[in-house]
Amino acid sequence: MAAARRERLTVAGRETVGPYTIVRLERGGLDPGDPGQFFMVEAPGRVLPRPFSLCLAPPGELAFLLDPIGPGTRAICALERGDRVHVLGPLGNGYDLDVAQPLLVGGGIGIAPLPYLSERLGRPPALLGFRDATFAEAAALVPNAEVVLEPTYVTEVLPAEPGDVLACGPEPMLEAVARRVPGAQLAWEAPMACGYGACYGCVVEIDGHMRRLCVDGPVLRAGPAGAVEAMT
Amino acid sequence: MSVSILNASGCLDALAAPHVARTLDAFVTKTITPEPREGNPVPRIAETEHGMLNSIGLQGPGIDAFCEHNLPALLALGVPIWVSVGGFSASDYASICARLEDHPAVETLELNLSCPNVEEAPEAAAEIVAACRAASRKRLFAKLSPATPDIAESARAVAAAGADGLSLVNTIRGLALDPVTLRPTLARRVGGYSGPALRPIALACVYAAASAVDLPIVGMGGIASGEHALAMVAAGADVVALGTVLFGDPSALNRIRVELEASARACGLENAAAAHDVALS
Repeated sequence: MAAARRERLTVAGRETVGPYTIVRLERGGLDPGDPGQFFMVEAPGRVLPRPFSLCLAPPGELAFLLDPIGPGTRAICALERGDRVHVLGPLGNGYDLDVAQPLLVGGGIGIAPLPYLSERLGRPPALLGFRDATFAEAAALVPNAEVVLEPTYVTEVLPAEPGDVLACGPEPMLEAVARRVPGAQLAWEAPMACGYGACYGCVVEIDGHMRRLCVDGPVLRAGPAGAVEAMT
Repeated sequence: MSVSILNASGCLDALAAPHVARTLDAFVTKTITPEPREGNPVPRIAETEHGMLNSIGLQGPGIDAFCEHNLPALLALGVPIWVSVGGFSASDYASICARLEDHPAVETLELNLSCPNVEEAPEAAAEIVAACRAASRKRLFAKLSPATPDIAESARAVAAAGADGLSLVNTIRGLALDPVTLRPTLARRVGGYSGPALRPIALACVYAAASAVDLPIVGMGGIASGEHALAMVAAGADVVALGTVLFGDPSALNRIRVELEASARACGLENAAAAHDVALS
């Protein structure tokens, strides 16, 4: 796995996708890592950086998909081309890409790691859920995607034999996927202060204990009865 | 002579980030309690405009697993080890101090007398220090809260009880509300406030304690630059520790070490240590 580095990267550009924003950074010496791994991105004017999984790895760039819902994400989405921000990563584990019959499952801003994952897995089928059609504009980032809108949830349209599910989305969605598909790979989310095991802020119940998502995740595996386990 | 730089307890996991730990003059562990603790429910952290709140709740392996698994791995780092000691009674603290007595590589015991996120021991800080003093010959540093009504008086009390030094300060209790629900952001409602906003409060505590007692002081609270560290030394700190800044920048220590000496020279001082107690004169 590539070693994490911290560098000050230059903003290459940003685009809006429905209500979301893609922020593209010149890659510098940072490795894009494996799909599912994440980066801590400096939020200008804020005390703490913010964690984002990599959305796309265009040549020489790292691209992140953000939902500007708080002061940190809004500050990052307001970055202009040429601005510079510190980025640390790649951090945590990634999805296990050794899968025979992948099905990507995503919900809302949780589709963020799926474009890069899709590229690395050779554009497998995907099933994406969104609040409404505006949010669903982001589905264009994921090839071969079937889209459902609320009140329909992705777990309602999962095939009976879903294959190897690789999911990312809101916690209720991941919990529902975990109950439906034991063995599914789930990229979990939690507030993080540091991203490298220092703060103990991001704990999730893993293997029955409160463990740090940044160290033991963020990709976890659905165990029996909807519990989640560490991948290794 | 250079000023030593440590991490604040609970702000770095030396085993998860050994490359960061090796840059420290000593590594301070997360607080160790007698029994294993799962810690507080989530959410545990909340950022505010000028700092952050945490409510971790002393999550940790307990002293047995710490001695068996963590301590040997920490010693292999080759960095002096300070163990932060916690508990819920004076005898809890003393029992951990006694357990560590035979580990020569543990250089200092820092008594966490001020965690804002768990129930406090019923005894006063000085009573806990006295119990630990009776149980250990190791160097004991008392870590005090900035919310102590009279920090100079607390410093004198723990000094009289046998403390060899002071760690100033811990976080201060704070509250953040969700802007939409107007309910507390943290599951345990209040948390320990740290970061830039804590710095002037910490500086005042270090200044008052340094004026009151003749003990070495580890100054911490919101230090994010060499200039900040130099101010802490001038206010009376012998050693400085980095906390919240490490969350956003694991490489902050090397930067601050360089900036600290540059800041001292910019003040016309030969080195950073020469700034010691300047504010008190």
